[in-house]
Amino acid sequence: MFVSSQTEVTPVRFGVVVFPGSNCDADSYDAVRSFPDTEARYLWHKDTEISDLDCVILPGGFSYGDYLRCGAIARFSPIMKSVKRFADEGGLVIGICNGFQILLEAGMLPGAMHQNEGLKFVCKQVNLKVENNETSFTTGYDQGQLIKVPIAHHEGNYFIDEDGMAQLEANRQVVVRYCDEDGVTTAAANPNGSLGNIAGVCNRDGNVFGLMPHPERVCDEIVGGVDGRSVFESIINAVAK
Amino acid sequence: MKAKVYITPKAGILDPQGLTIERSLPALGFEGVTNVRVGKYIELDLPDGESAGEAVDEMCHQLLANPIIEDFEFELVPE
Repeated sequence: MFVSSQTEVTPVRFGVVVFPGSNCDADSYDAVRSFPDTEARYLWHKDTEISDLDCVILPGGFSYGDYLRCGAIARFSPIMKSVKRFADEGGLVIGICNGFQILLEAGMLPGAMHQNEGLKFVCKQVNLKVENNETSFTTGYDQGQLIKVPIAHHEGNYFIDEDGMAQLEANRQVVVRYCDEDGVTTAAANPNGSLGNIAGVCNRDGNVFGLMPHPERVCDEIVGGVDGRSVFESIINAVAK
Repeated sequence: MKAKVYITPKAGILDPQGLTIERSLPALGFEGVTNVRVGKYIELDLPDGESAGEAVDEMCHQLLANPIIEDFEFELVPE
């Protein structure tokens, strides 16, 4: 008699939101699909049914042409109501670059983004330090680990008022910071003027994470690095638990 | 009724555009210019009524400005 040794694995389900002007949706989709036992589907900004998902990705791009302020219009998309409800119920949400800006404008993460200090669009590889490896998005990294991830943005200059910053620090909501090769968070290693060299923050409950760098672009040796893989691996492990 | 909305970076928030303009003005012979701040100007028409001011205030809070980094002022002009 043939007995299968395989056990049924429930796949981890990702949804990648596509706004008019998103352009990192396919990269995000490919990144998560490169892991075994994952499913992914694109979500149009007019969709509203996402309750079957484990994690929603708001990808990078220029949603709604960055009109008014980056992310300001996307937050009124029908899907954002569902994403907010999904997060309120504990679902994992990650916003990358423009996705981070949308989460800020939607009030799902604290703070605001304004123009890079140097006024230029900055597109380059940066060093990041993992400041909190206990979130659902970073358990795959060591505490304090240095990683190389690309950035590509014009409005990545993170701002939050003093009280807000104190709360971020007290609750360990700063997840990644820009740093130099040695892991020191110097002004020279800060590509955009962000307060405290902040590159990514999470909400207080730890289930919503936004970052300007693009982990989905460093998930395969063929594109020059794999330092971003652990973000998605961490999510998969968090869901599988 | 017309609303004229002025949006500026909050005091204390670095305004790189304003700073760049400020540094350029001396090249044209304008010395001593400080505190250049670049903002946005938005015009819109809305129905007349007592609640028009309240409505514009709400619009600014919810969409036109980001109160975390921007201040706003507006005036209502009867047409």
